[in-house]
Amino acid sequence: MPVDDSAKGKSFPAFEYEVGKEKIGEYARAVGEENPVYFDRAAAQEAGFREVPAPPMFAVVYSAGSMGPAIFDPDVKMNFAAMVHGGQEFVWGEPVCAGDIISTTTEVKDISEKHGKGFYVFETVSTNQDGAEVVRGTWTNIVRGE
Amino acid sequence: MTEGDQIPELKVTPDKYLPHRYAGASGDFNPIHIDPEFAKQVGLPQNILHGLYGMGLVARANVAAAGGDPRVLKRLTVQFRGMGMPEQEITVTGTVKSAGDGRAVVDTVAEQNGNGIIRNAEAELALDQQ
Repeated sequence: MPVDDSAKGKSFPAFEYEVGKEKIGEYARAVGEENPVYFDRAAAQEAGFREVPAPPMFAVVYSAGSMGPAIFDPDVKMNFAAMVHGGQEFVWGEPVCAGDIISTTTEVKDISEKHGKGFYVFETVSTNQDGAEVVRGTWTNIVRGE
Repeated sequence: MTEGDQIPELKVTPDKYLPHRYAGASGDFNPIHIDPEFAKQVGLPQNILHGLYGMGLVARANVAAAGGDPRVLKRLTVQFRGMGMPEQEITVTGTVKSAGDGRAVVDTVAEQNGNGIIRNAEAELALDQQ
């Protein structure tokens, strides 16, 4: 069955996330980070950060509030039960630090079909309170049996 | 870093409750990651690791290889293949694919019991960051 690509190009309203120091620590501990810059303000500032920085992959934490509604959007018509997260790319810009307010928007970049599978590609763009881009994410979800 | 170099191997054995801590940290409470009974009901051998946790390990290995400053990581692209399980060792290895002009591109793989759980991972590192 051909995929319905009518939601291609649809974008979703910005989601704001305020980055907390303890949330960075919780994430850093979960992925086994040991660098003191993620836990200690003095160590972070000594390394030249404004505040405790987030590990790069903390991008998933502040992007989720924007990606969630896009994945479940009725116009996108993605069969969640048959979906797997197939691929992911992040391109980083300005570092994210505790106290930052990160705004993320999501766009449906592509919906296509290959070898009987549906490919749903979303792009998130996250900027900080100064308008600087902090990360651009490309999320590829694959749905079997389309 | 020069072309053909191996980055230092990262070996991690996530404990039984790691998926729960990662769920809390990331906000992804999909029951396939935290509920062994639910996971079996949908045909999985047990609860499985979050793919993005594995990507977090790949990011960690690359940042560590370039000196540990998170600002070195400029881009990371991965494909999720296979399933990672708690309580089994994960090994992240990488080879420098190209290096020059202050940048290096590292091909990275995360494996568990010989199965690639993250493949075709490519990290772009800024070597002039330190």
